[in-house]
Amino acid sequence: MIQLSLPASRGELAKLRAGDAVLLSGFLYTARDAAHKRLVGLLGEGKPLPFELRGAAIYYAGPSPAPEGLPIGSCGPTTSARMDAYAPALLRQGHNVMVGKGPRGAEVVEAMKETCSVYFAATGGAGALLAMRVKAAETICFEDLGTEAIRRLTVEAFPVIVAIDAEGNSLFSA
Amino acid sequence: MTRELNVALIEQAVRDLYIEACIHASPDLRAAVRAAHARESKPVAQEVLGQILQNMDLATENGLPSCQDTGLCVVFLDLGQDLHLIGGDLNDAVNRGVARACLEGRLRASSLTPLTRQNTGNNTPAVLHLRIVPGDGAHLTVAPKGFGSENMSRLKMLNPSDGEEGVKDFIVETMRLAGGKPCPPVILGVGIGGTAESCALLAKRMLLRPLGQRAEDPRLARMEEELLERINALQIGPMGLGGDTTALAVHIAELPTHIAGLPAMVNMQCHASRHREMTL
Ligand code: SF4
Repeated sequence: MIQLSLPASRGELAKLRAGDAVLLSGFLYTARDAAHKRLVGLLGEGKPLPFELRGAAIYYAGPSPAPEGLPIGSCGPTTSARMDAYAPALLRQGHNVMVGKGPRGAEVVEAMKETCSVYFAATGGAGALLAMRVKAAETICFEDLGTEAIRRLTVEAFPVIVAIDAEGNSLFSA
Repeated sequence: MTRELNVALIEQAVRDLYIEACIHASPDLRAAVRAAHARESKPVAQEVLGQILQNMDLATENGLPSCQDTGLCVVFLDLGQDLHLIGGDLNDAVNRGVARACLEGRLRASSLTPLTRQNTGNNTPAVLHLRIVPGDGAHLTVAPKGFGSENMSRLKMLNPSDGEEGVKDFIVETMRLAGGKPCPPVILGVGIGGTAESCALLAKRMLLRPLGQRAEDPRLARMEEELLERINALQIGPMGLGGDTTALAVHIAELPTHIAGLPAMVNMQCHASRHREMTL
């Protein structure tokens, strides 16, 4: 299996091919619908973002509450297509790794090719397995959004598959 | 003779079954995924199915929900007509069970008002389906339903002239349109006939049938097998990443319908197929 440290460089991302199984280690930022809407809103107003988008890996996930003794609850991916409206704007700001589940729209794939970014699929419904690979979690903003707040996860050997590579090759049919 | 049953017992049972269903995969589901894993010919699909199996074990070992989407809480309650409920409002008791499960079981609060998007904070209200049956027992099934798959469900009021072929094409088309979004491998609950709402509820009930069990009617059983083959031939695969395993089962049931109608409903169920039952 391929090991990839996050944040990842464009050079490393360019080497990945659709279908590769990869273990991610480093930082993943969780954000789903409501957080994306706010991030893109801040960009539109020209305001600073709550974290460095350059090189950031965003994980489309809203975990269940952490039980005692664990950094996070169950935390599998949510459907990525709902973030398609926001992703191109964020990719153009330097965010280069997306992790979620399910296919992406043509505009996202275009923006990925333009910015040499990669879309990884994590296994939906494998929330307990993925939680075991999260070593630390810290809420960094939008706490009022509850499960949808942005958290910085420190992950180790987080299993994903390259679903769409930086050249736009995709495992999804149509 | 009537028997008395305190709704507090129903509250406790809803709480316990909801938490258990979220954490522990049922033996029939494990067996079905294991069999699919053994049959699967594509490496990526095998990897994903392997992770799903591993996830079931880790959820049980760590007492964590197997999927973070602990759903809307669908509750089926069959009440004996000789039963007398005491101890307060049944609906309140069921909702208290859901709220306690959410808080005490560290489940995710996903329930909200549809247009204002205000979260109720504790997954209430339950979606409660009541039936009055003979006897003095109470049979409870708690079936949390995630929305990645629920969103891919479809109802179609077909034309009687569309016939069986039309219904089958609609079912396969529903899977094709869903692709990887409902977290395949999926189970398709199918209702045919009735009215729009009874057809939809029948499809939901079909998700409670144990995996590996076919429809009793041989005609429907054949249809289930044929559809499962057609759906797996789509090669959508686990998580839509390609492969032989798109669906684990198709469960079909019929209801008499109107001379002018042919409703069909597909209720899509992801591999996080969760339901737990108990007789009180
Ligand atoms: S569709 Fe099912 S398995 Fe996938 S995230 Fe939702 S509840 Fe979990």
